[in-house]
Amino acid sequence: MQRRVNIWSNIDWLTVAMYLVLVFLGWINIYAAVYNEDHHSIFDFSQRYGKQLIWIAAALVIAFIVFIIDINFYSYFAYIVYGLMIFLLIAVLIFGKEVHGAKSWFEIGRFRIQPAEFAKIATALVLARYLSSYNVQINTLKSYLRVAAIILIPSLLILLQNDTGSALVYFVFILVLYREGISESILLLGLFVVILFILALVLEKLIIIFLSIAIVFIIFWFLNRRLKNVGIGIGILFLTSAVLYGINEVLSMGLSYYYIILAALGISGLVYTILAIRYKIKNVALLLVFLIGSVLLTYSVDHVFNNFLEPHQQKRINVVLGLESDPYGVEYNVNQSKIAIGSGGLYGKGFLRGTQTKFDFVPEQSTDFIFCTIGEEWGFMGTFFVVSLFVFFLYRLIGIAERQRSPFSRIYGYGVVSVLFFHIVINIGMTIGLVPVIGIPLPFFSYGGSSLWAFTILLFIFLRLDASRLELLK
Amino acid sequence: MLHSFIVDSFANRRHIIRFIIILIGLVYIVKLFVIQVVDSTYKLTASSNVLRYVTQFPARGLIYDREGKLLVYNEAAYDLMVIPRQLEPFDTTEFCQILDITKEYVDEALRRAKEFSVYNSSIFLKQVSSKTYANLQEKLYKYPGFFVQARTLRKYTLENGAHLLGYVGEVNNKIIESNEYYKSGDYIGVSGIEQSYEEYLRGQKGVNVYLVDVHNRIQGSYANGRLDRKAKVGSNIISTIDSDLQAYGEKLMRNKIGSIVAIEPSTGEILALVSSPTYNPELLVGRIRTKNYVTLMSDTLKPLFNRALMAQYPPGSTFKVVNALIGMQEKTLFPYTKYECVGAYYSRGLRVGCHFHRSPLNLIESIQMSCNTYYCNVFRSILDNKKYPSIRESFDKWREYIMSFGFGQYLNSDFGNELKGLVPTKQTYDRIYGENGWRSLTLISMAIGQGELGTTPLQMANMTAAIANRGYYYTPHVVEEIEGDFDLDERFYQKNYTKIDSNYFEIVIEGMDLAVNGEPGSGSTARSAQIPEITVCGKTGTAENPHGKDHSIFIAFAPKKNPKIAIAVYIENGGFGSTWAAPTAKLMIEEYLNDSISVPWWEEYVLNAEINYNAETSKHME
Repeated sequence: MQRRVNIWSNIDWLTVAMYLVLVFLGWINIYAAVYNEDHHSIFDFSQRYGKQLIWIAAALVIAFIVFIIDINFYSYFAYIVYGLMIFLLIAVLIFGKEVHGAKSWFEIGRFRIQPAEFAKIATALVLARYLSSYNVQINTLKSYLRVAAIILIPSLLILLQNDTGSALVYFVFILVLYREGISESILLLGLFVVILFILALVLEKLIIIFLSIAIVFIIFWFLNRRLKNVGIGIGILFLTSAVLYGINEVLSMGLSYYYIILAALGISGLVYTILAIRYKIKNVALLLVFLIGSVLLTYSVDHVFNNFLEPHQQKRINVVLGLESDPYGVEYNVNQSKIAIGSGGLYGKGFLRGTQTKFDFVPEQSTDFIFCTIGEEWGFMGTFFVVSLFVFFLYRLIGIAERQRSPFSRIYGYGVVSVLFFHIVINIGMTIGLVPVIGIPLPFFSYGGSSLWAFTILLFIFLRLDASRLELLK
Repeated sequence: MLHSFIVDSFANRRHIIRFIIILIGLVYIVKLFVIQVVDSTYKLTASSNVLRYVTQFPARGLIYDREGKLLVYNEAAYDLMVIPRQLEPFDTTEFCQILDITKEYVDEALRRAKEFSVYNSSIFLKQVSSKTYANLQEKLYKYPGFFVQARTLRKYTLENGAHLLGYVGEVNNKIIESNEYYKSGDYIGVSGIEQSYEEYLRGQKGVNVYLVDVHNRIQGSYANGRLDRKAKVGSNIISTIDSDLQAYGEKLMRNKIGSIVAIEPSTGEILALVSSPTYNPELLVGRIRTKNYVTLMSDTLKPLFNRALMAQYPPGSTFKVVNALIGMQEKTLFPYTKYECVGAYYSRGLRVGCHFHRSPLNLIESIQMSCNTYYCNVFRSILDNKKYPSIRESFDKWREYIMSFGFGQYLNSDFGNELKGLVPTKQTYDRIYGENGWRSLTLISMAIGQGELGTTPLQMANMTAAIANRGYYYTPHVVEEIEGDFDLDERFYQKNYTKIDSNYFEIVIEGMDLAVNGEPGSGSTARSAQIPEITVCGKTGTAENPHGKDHSIFIAFAPKKNPKIAIAVYIENGGFGSTWAAPTAKLMIEEYLNDSISVPWWEEYVLNAEINYNAETSKHME
């Protein structure tokens, strides 16, 4: 039941306008970041701002092309586009060119293209297509596995390219799943794992095990509301711990407290199980699984951290967690970035008047650290404006997603929101030292054709879907 | 369409997502507000504020002599640096006046600085004196873009030991490219101890990060000095030099060309190393350095050339001692072996002249009187030894012995620029005479240390030390101790054995004793080296010089038992070894062992020597 609607009059022009403002602001800041007294012309195509102008012009053409393509193309061909992207991600591993240690670029003549940027679009499309299919119940094991595969395959391939930042972006699709009704307990579990992971890096294992025990007893109390049971549980654990501690001392086995507690927990666990069966106390099994899980997780954290992360990644995480000081490396960059932003003050130093960003203090000034230039030259007024604009932009996109009549459009819209959100949070967060340094671009701002085009396509497919929303009768 | 009517029961979750987005946006805005408006650590008040990285140059390590007397220390100097980008128009007249420079210099220096980098600092004016610096500092605020960087310059307590101590110079581009420690304008040891022990002496540079205001004034340390790195002061070095002996040696050599090397045999420590002519080490420090360097380089007597390590001369008759030792070790020569001498050695039409002395002589007497004929016979007996199938094998064997004294190879002392010297190989002769075209007679001049041999004074002193030790030497070195937890290289603690048995040395040492201490009229060649109460053992030598008068050579050690000093003296164009080299060595030994000269007449004699030098006669093998 479709009807013809003039798509041009149904375009959300407010969003398009915001897009244009963001792209324009990006371009003048790139100009400011690489500004050099020797190159006066804004149209100097040997300079980055000149090239960015070409990328912008091309992006507008691409946006137009996206608009004239039929709306059904995006859902019908989602899987094919996705398959093609997976193919390209594999191909780039073989034929790609390595830039800054990441093998994620195709080089065609003088141009370089990064397929990882475009793979996000395909993933958002496929996720929308899959989740909007008739017979999909999101909270089933089958769906979990399929969704996980859709998200993780490109992510892993990008990880193999050694582009950790872009690989992490895929985890943000959790937001889409959340909106589409994934069980809260799954999300809580995920959140718990993340928190435990961070805690395990910061705190001693012994403290974590005490914390876990405390949490388990508190939950137990919440579920059963019997102080007596909690007391008995704690008593048993305390008794076994004391006995084991005594044995350890007498035999001078030299076990650490951690292992004594662990052994005590094992023995008490058995006793709890017996008691739980005997007196039919509920939820004990679940809580025990929880406890065992957290012990195993703390164990695996060290392993994952030491074996799966590169030394520079470990360093970035350690620096943010305050475990390590590296004033000449990562911390230096973040410090310089903060100085640049901080030195802007309330009103900024004025356009082209920035010194920190031009003195080569700040790395990657026109790409990953472009936000420094905004902060330095436009001050808090500038950063406030940009952050607010981004927030409003995302808010608006959510509004557009919610007004869609087809779930496909809505889910895709949330995909767009999620991807943009992640990029914005990580990119700005890293320049002000709130998140580890992860090299991903600031949408519409950072220098580079691939990312600008990818974000443009990502956004305009959604605007195209939105423009045709009325074709679908309710 | 059915699926568009499915109840969207999770629509409420949009609020949570929106809430998260707005929350994070607020957190970021608050954080931005803090670092941009509230927190003044990040907030630099004016537009051109930047951090300044000031390198902290550590004081270079000091150098002491073996008695702990200070030889080399540091004096503060200041380099005026400039960052072109921060420059603002300034009063050039006053600026030039303070610094005592011309306007042209300012323009040229600024042009060079801009060419190097607009954003990074480069040196505007090197080594400004403390006085000028004091003046300048008060007015520096008028000159944004300029700042001062403290450095140190070498100062010397004595005028001596220039070759030993070496000098410090600015690093060149090659070093900057190959070693990332050095930056343009840094200093590095170029020769002598300064070069060999550069890594210890230099210490470790540090860096201080400062906040600077628009008026170019340092506002304080950035981030409480968290990014600063302290400079580590260079380690002091105690050298093995006896500075009194060194000064005395340079005094004795003042009107001569040549060198003196004195070694303590029991350790291999170099007590003095004189190369004459020399120069005042102060000449190669500071802004006058370049000018003086050019002058010294163009001097025809080559004061920069370290003759003690780099001049190669034939060893002359001093080499007879070595040939005597090899003969005994090879059992072709015995202490009682006597050879007839009729004033020359004749064989198949070849004549090697000798001087008048009684005949025949035994081994000890042959050293005492330095008989050429005797050693022609000894040398031929070694090379024509029936033990070996041909001269090719016996020559190799001979060469092996020679090499075991450290000749023909780097001694591996701690000087970077010693030469190997020359010891011919059989291939050398094959090339000249063909494979079977040479016999013992062909090489006869090496019997008396002439011909194809080339040895440096350091090698000769080392050989003397090996004789004094009766068969081994320690690799000569000039540094005794590096302060801090550093050990000298292992090689300076190891004995290097010659391939000669210890007991044979006693016999040649008897000869060297008699050469110096024989009765008047006994024919002893080195009586001019006698010192009352001390038994000096020595051997004279005369190196043939095709360009002019022969070079005077003397090697000696003393006392005979438990030698404290082994010395080699070379005086170019000095004629016989006994004429100038022997008395010079004697004076050096006496100065070192007794701290006084028993017969001042000898000192007068050496100090007033008149040796005629011109560019042609002073040539030597280089």
